[in-house]
Amino acid sequence: MTEGTGEIVTFDNVGLRYGTEPEVLRDLCFTLHPGLFYFLTGASGAGKTSLLKLLYLAQRPSRGAIRMFGKDTITLPREQLPAFRRKLGVVFQDFRLVEHLSAFDNVALPLRVAGVREADLAKPVADMLEWVGLAQRMDAVPATMSGGEQQRVAIARAVIGRPDLLIADEPTGNVDPDMALKLLQLFERLNRLGTTVIVATHDIHLLRQVPDSLIMRLQKGQLLDPTGALRFPPRPAPRPAQREGEA
Amino acid sequence: MSRAQLIDRSLVRDLVPFKGRRAARLVPRNPASGPMPWVIAIMIALTVMAAAAGLALGNLADRARTDLSGALTVQIVEANAKTRAALAKRAAEILVADPAVASLRVIPREELAEMLAPWIGSGNDEGEAVPIPALIDVQLANVADTAEIARLNALLLDEIPQARVDAQSDWLRPVYDALASLQYLALALIALLAFTSAGAVWLAARSSFNNHRKTVEIVHLLGGTDRQIAQVFQRSITIDALLGGAIGLILGVLAIGVIGSQFAAIDSGMVAGGNLRQLDWLVLAAIPLAGVLLAMLTARITVMSALKRML
Repeated sequence: MTEGTGEIVTFDNVGLRYGTEPEVLRDLCFTLHPGLFYFLTGASGAGKTSLLKLLYLAQRPSRGAIRMFGKDTITLPREQLPAFRRKLGVVFQDFRLVEHLSAFDNVALPLRVAGVREADLAKPVADMLEWVGLAQRMDAVPATMSGGEQQRVAIARAVIGRPDLLIADEPTGNVDPDMALKLLQLFERLNRLGTTVIVATHDIHLLRQVPDSLIMRLQKGQLLDPTGALRFPPRPAPRPAQREGEA
Repeated sequence: MSRAQLIDRSLVRDLVPFKGRRAARLVPRNPASGPMPWVIAIMIALTVMAAAAGLALGNLADRARTDLSGALTVQIVEANAKTRAALAKRAAEILVADPAVASLRVIPREELAEMLAPWIGSGNDEGEAVPIPALIDVQLANVADTAEIARLNALLLDEIPQARVDAQSDWLRPVYDALASLQYLALALIALLAFTSAGAVWLAARSSFNNHRKTVEIVHLLGGTDRQIAQVFQRSITIDALLGGAIGLILGVLAIGVIGSQFAAIDSGMVAGGNLRQLDWLVLAAIPLAGVLLAMLTARITVMSALKRML
């Protein structure tokens, strides 16, 4: 993993509340550096998805400041948001595939939106689908796919444009351990190419698969560590289950 | 060139090529399956008919105005028939000598009696119970404006105090006013139809947007711009509007044809003046195009304003 300098995302005293409800995120201060791999952990309801929403610009914070790619995203004009979003790859917890589009068209969507010609996108999309093991399911629509298959399509769609920042919300929740490992390897490979990756998960085993990753622990809307991210402790001796998963 | 480079290039150039058929697939539609094309067809047909009526009335009024613009009527109001005939002859002589007069005709007594027969009955001969003024139909070389009428009136009054000069167009002023009112009515009807059509498109666009909100959110989060998303809906509405416009134009023209043939059967000079000209047909043909533009614009404004409420 290449350690980056500078910062790709900075949260400064960020809080988020929905309507008049109490804050779901409080006093968040952290920095994501380019080229690093982050895990965001926390129990259900800790605010992981809300934090990711702020990161993929689906939500504005109630207070505080967020800087992404050197710009203040809160004061950023709406018209400039699409250009920012094209730098992001997002794997949603609920996949968010376009129901009436095939797997191929769903994966091709970010490239088409970004203006890549049909002739230039056919091969990368086919390769990506092959990589996630869906070469035979290119023409299938989400309704005919299993949860795991849909998740793989969602991941392929998120990484196809080789984003600067990959945001994944429980990306391995619906796949078997082998596929989970394979997908994590794909994230790592992207990370090695320079993409900053942040994966929200509560799967402790997943954390152990990426050496040198950083961990952000969220509890009741607050980060447990003042600096935001902690280096994961040295990898313990692999357990039989993990060896099986890695094989 | 790598994928990342391709994307960067497109971003730098601010290209928005995500349109056309591949973008349209985001909002699946089955042409003519919904009510939209039929609503637009009815609106366009009604607009074409209202516009045709307005144009025909305009032509009718123009034709009448042109025909009567230089026409005057000179009345000799004299009870004694012999004196009246002599004065009429003298008045004709004075008018013929005037350079402003292009032609004139003293209306024969029999012709006048025939014209008035429905009101005063026939057999109203010399020694009549109801004296009828002598009439001279005068055609001027130029327009019969107020100054010209006053001059000719003064010219005649010097010798014939019983003479009265009137512009023929004055007799038709109430008819012109009625025609103008009908034209305004047609215009108001067109405006109302355009407003209703825009309302229908607004409802359709909003409904379609709400039905595909999930897809819109996905495209938005993948970096799709408002313009790209609006174009997808705009295209869908445009296809409906084109289809509806074509059907509406055909229906409207058929209705004009049927009504036109009914009026042609009346065989009246005034009605014939209400025929549609070549330019009028072009105006009618442009109505569906204006409808399509209105639909596109309405759809765009509706979707863009809905998108503005999203982050």
